[in-house]
Amino acid sequence: MKEVIHTPVPSVEEEEYHINMGPQHPSTHGVLRLVVSLQGEIVKNLKPHCGYIHRGMEKMCEKDTYPQIIHLTDRMDYLSAHINNHAVCLLVENALQIEVPERVKYIRTIMDELCRIQSHQLWWASFGMDLGGLTCFFYGLRDREKILDIWEETTGARFLQSYYTPGGLMWDIHPDFQKNVKAFIKYFRKKIRDYEKILSGNVIFTERSRNIGLMTKEEAISYGVTGPSGRGSGWSCDIRKHHPYALYDKVEFKEILYHEGDTLARYMVRMDEMYESMHIIEQLIDNIPEGDFSAKMKAVIKLPAGEYYQRVESARGDLGIYCISDGNKTPYRMKFRTPSFSNLSVLDHISRDLKIADLVAIGGSLDLVIPDIDR
Amino acid sequence: MDLEKLKERVLTLVPEAEFEENKQFLTFFLPAGKLHATALRLKEDTDTAFDYLFCQSGTDMVKYLMVVYHLESTSLGHSLVMKVKTEDRETPAFDTVCDIWRTAEFHEREIYDLLGIRFTNHPDLRRIFLDENWAGHPLRKDYQDEVNIVEF
Amino acid sequence: MASTNIYDNFVTSLTQSIHNGLYSSMSPTWALITELAIIGFVFLMFYALVGLFLVYAERKVCAFMQNRVGPNRVGKYGIFQTIADFIKLLMKELVVIKNSDKLLFTLAPFIIIIASFMAVAAIPFAKGLHAIDFDIGILYVIAVSSLGVVGVLLAGWSSNNKYSLIGAMRSGAQIISYELSVGMSLLTIVILAGTMQFSEIVQGQEFGWFIFKGHIPAVIAFLIFLIASTAETNRGPFDLAEAESELTAGFHTEYSGIKFAFFFLAEYMNMFLVASIGATIFLGGWMPFHVSGWIGFNQVMDYIPPTFWYLGKTGFIIFLMMWFKWTFPRLRIDQLLTLEWKYLLPINLFNILLMAFIVLMGWHF
Repeated sequence: MKEVIHTPVPSVEEEEYHINMGPQHPSTHGVLRLVVSLQGEIVKNLKPHCGYIHRGMEKMCEKDTYPQIIHLTDRMDYLSAHINNHAVCLLVENALQIEVPERVKYIRTIMDELCRIQSHQLWWASFGMDLGGLTCFFYGLRDREKILDIWEETTGARFLQSYYTPGGLMWDIHPDFQKNVKAFIKYFRKKIRDYEKILSGNVIFTERSRNIGLMTKEEAISYGVTGPSGRGSGWSCDIRKHHPYALYDKVEFKEILYHEGDTLARYMVRMDEMYESMHIIEQLIDNIPEGDFSAKMKAVIKLPAGEYYQRVESARGDLGIYCISDGNKTPYRMKFRTPSFSNLSVLDHISRDLKIADLVAIGGSLDLVIPDIDR
Repeated sequence: MDLEKLKERVLTLVPEAEFEENKQFLTFFLPAGKLHATALRLKEDTDTAFDYLFCQSGTDMVKYLMVVYHLESTSLGHSLVMKVKTEDRETPAFDTVCDIWRTAEFHEREIYDLLGIRFTNHPDLRRIFLDENWAGHPLRKDYQDEVNIVEF
Repeated sequence: MASTNIYDNFVTSLTQSIHNGLYSSMSPTWALITELAIIGFVFLMFYALVGLFLVYAERKVCAFMQNRVGPNRVGKYGIFQTIADFIKLLMKELVVIKNSDKLLFTLAPFIIIIASFMAVAAIPFAKGLHAIDFDIGILYVIAVSSLGVVGVLLAGWSSNNKYSLIGAMRSGAQIISYELSVGMSLLTIVILAGTMQFSEIVQGQEFGWFIFKGHIPAVIAFLIFLIASTAETNRGPFDLAEAESELTAGFHTEYSGIKFAFFFLAEYMNMFLVASIGATIFLGGWMPFHVSGWIGFNQVMDYIPPTFWYLGKTGFIIFLMMWFKWTFPRLRIDQLLTLEWKYLLPINLFNILLMAFIVLMGWHF
C-alpha cells in the first residue's frame, strides 16, 4: 500500500500561510507546482516542486540510437523543438567530424530563428495573459500560426518537427518556403508594432513590470540564468555569439543586453530579439545555396568512445548536451542541461517580499517551459 | 588563459589532479576531499574566475560513480571540466558546491534524485523529480524496473 | 419651458391605464399587490434579458477585439448561445464544498444578485418609466449597489479556499475604496443639478447634458466615474478579485451551476447599472440630444424614443468598459489602492470645489 506522500512545506512562521500554485494553475504554464508561503499577499518564500511530467528522458536516451534521440529532444522544450534537434545533430556531427553542406547550415539557421520568433511570440502572448491583458494571447497566437504553417509545408509537422537529422535534414525545403518566409517577415514587421502598442507602451504594464524581480548580473551567473532572462540582467551569455555554430559567425546580429535586471528588461530583451531574428533571416533567406540537403551518413551512427559537450542557444537560453559514449550506437550517458531548469532555481530568490501578482509576472518573464524543466 | 597555463594553475591547486584526454575541454579528476576548496579557489582567483557552472551531472560508470562539473569563466572566456568520483555505491557523498554556484542547488538535487549521490551541507537535499518514496535511483546502471523499462 | 415629447404621453398613459384598470376591477389592497407582482415580474424578465444580452455582447465585442468570430453556432450569429449556456448552467451539479460554511456559501450569490436588483428600481428608462422615483435617488443607488461587496466577501470567506479568500479581501478593499470616488463624482453633478432625484436630474438636462453644461469639472467627474465604476464592478483592468492568472477565479472559484451563474449575471448587471447611472447623470439619460434654439433639429431628435436614447447611451458606456477590459493589463492591488487614494480622491475633492465655485459664479452653461 502506498504511504501518504509527505512533501516538505516551507517553514511557516506566525501569520504565514501557504498556498499551492499548481500543478493546475493558469499561470504556471503547465504542470509546475509552487508551494508559496504568504503573509497576506506578500510572498515570503516559495518552493518549486517539479517532476509532474518527468519522463526519464536521460534514461530513455541510454536505450536509443542517436537519430532516435532527436525525436525525444523535441519533447523537451517543445517551443524550441528545432533548436533542441540542432543540438543533438551538432553533437553527433562534431563527434564524427562531419562537415554538413552549406545549404543545410542556411536552412538550419533560418529554422532556428523562426523557432525563436515563434517561441517569443507565444511567450509574449502568455505573458500578456499573465498580466491580465487577454487580447495579447490572441495576437501572439495569430502570428505564431503563420510560422507553424510555414513549418507544416516543409516538415510536415506544426509543433514537434524532428526535421534535422545527423548530417543534414530530413528532406529538402518546400518550393514555396523562401516566398512564404519573406511574406511572413513582411507581415510580422508590421504586426510587431501592435505588440508594442498594446503592451510595451501601456503604462499599467510598465508599472507592473518595472523594478519587479530584480536580478543582478552576479546572481544571474551564479544561478545560471541564461538566455533572454540572463541578458536582461546585462550578462552577455548568447551562445550564438560566444560559441558560434551553424552560420551565426557569418551573419550580422546584435546580442541584446539590458542592464536593469527587472521584469521589464527581460521583456524588452525578448521583444528586441524578435527583431534581431528577423534581421538574421532576412540576410539568409535569399542566399540559400543549391546543393544536397544532407551529408553522406552511415546507416548506423556510432560515436567514438569519449565525452562530448554541445551548447546551443535555445529560445530560453543555454542548452547543453553532455554525452558520454562508449563507442556503441547508443550513448552511455546523455545529460541535458536545460535552460528552464536553471532559470527556475532563481524564482524563489527574486520573488521574495513581492506580491502574488508580481510572482506571476516574474514567472512569466523567466519564460519557463515545464517539460524543459522535468525532461 | 590558454590550456597549458590553466593546467599548470590546476596542478598548483591540486597536485593530485589526474588529467584526461579530451579535445574540447581541459578535463581532470580531483580527490573528493579537495572538491570544495578547489572549487572555491577556481571561482575566486582572478586569473581563473570560473563563475559560471554551466552543467553539473552525475554518471554511473559501473566501477565508480562520478559527478562532473562544467565550468566557464564569463569574464575570461575559458572553460574546464572537473570530475570527482567515488567507489562507494551504498552511501556516496560529496561536498556541495551550491554555496559557490547557486545553480548547483537544483542540479545536486537532481543528481541525488536520479543517482543517489548525497551532497553534504546541501541546504535542501530532497528528490526533485520523483516521489519521496520512490525506490532506487533510475540513472544507476543496475536499476531494475520491470514495469516502466522495457528490455529488448 | 419643457418641450412636449411625443412619447411622453404614451408611457404615462400606458402605466396609467394599467393602474386604473387594476383599481377598477379589484379592491385597492389586491390591486396594489398585483401591481407589485407585475413590476417584480417585469423587472425580473428585464434583468434576465439584459444579463443574457450583455454576456452575448461582451463575447462578440471581445471576439471582435481579438480577431475572432465569437459565438456563431447556436442560432444565427450565435444569438442563442447565452441561452444555451444558461440552460447548461441550470442543469449543472451544485458542488458543495467540504468544511465550507454552508449557509453563507448559499447566501452569498443571492446577496450579490439582490443588491444589483434593488438598484435597478431607481433607474428611469423614459419619462415616468421607473419603478420608484426617490427624491434621494442617487444616494439610494450608491447605498444599495455597495451592498454587493458583502456578498463577495461572504463568498470568499465561506468557500474555505485560500484563493477565494485572497480574492474576496482584495475585492473588499477595492470596492470600499472606489465607492468613494463613484459617490464623489456623482456628487459633483448633484451640485450642478441641485437635486438628487433622478427624474429631475434628467429633466435638468433637456438643453444640454450635464457633461456639456458643467464642462471642465463635469468631464473630469465623468472620467473619474468611468474609472471608479469599472473598478467597483470588478471588471478588467481592475478585476483583481477574479484575476484568473493569479487566483484561478478568485472569490467564485468554488461555485458551480446556477450559483456561479448568479455571480456571472450580477457582474453584468452591475456593469449595466453603473453604465445606466453614468448615462443618466452625465449624458442625459433618456433625454434626447437637444440644442437650445434649434427647434427643427430638436424635433427630429424627439422622434427617437427616449428608451432608445437611454439604451444607446448606456450601451456606449458599456462598450467603453468592455474596451478597457480587453485592452488593458491588470493592476496590482497596491497600485489599485494608490490610484484611488493618492490620485482619484484628491482630484475628486478638488473637482467638487471647482464645480461648486463654477456653479456659484454661474459659469456653467
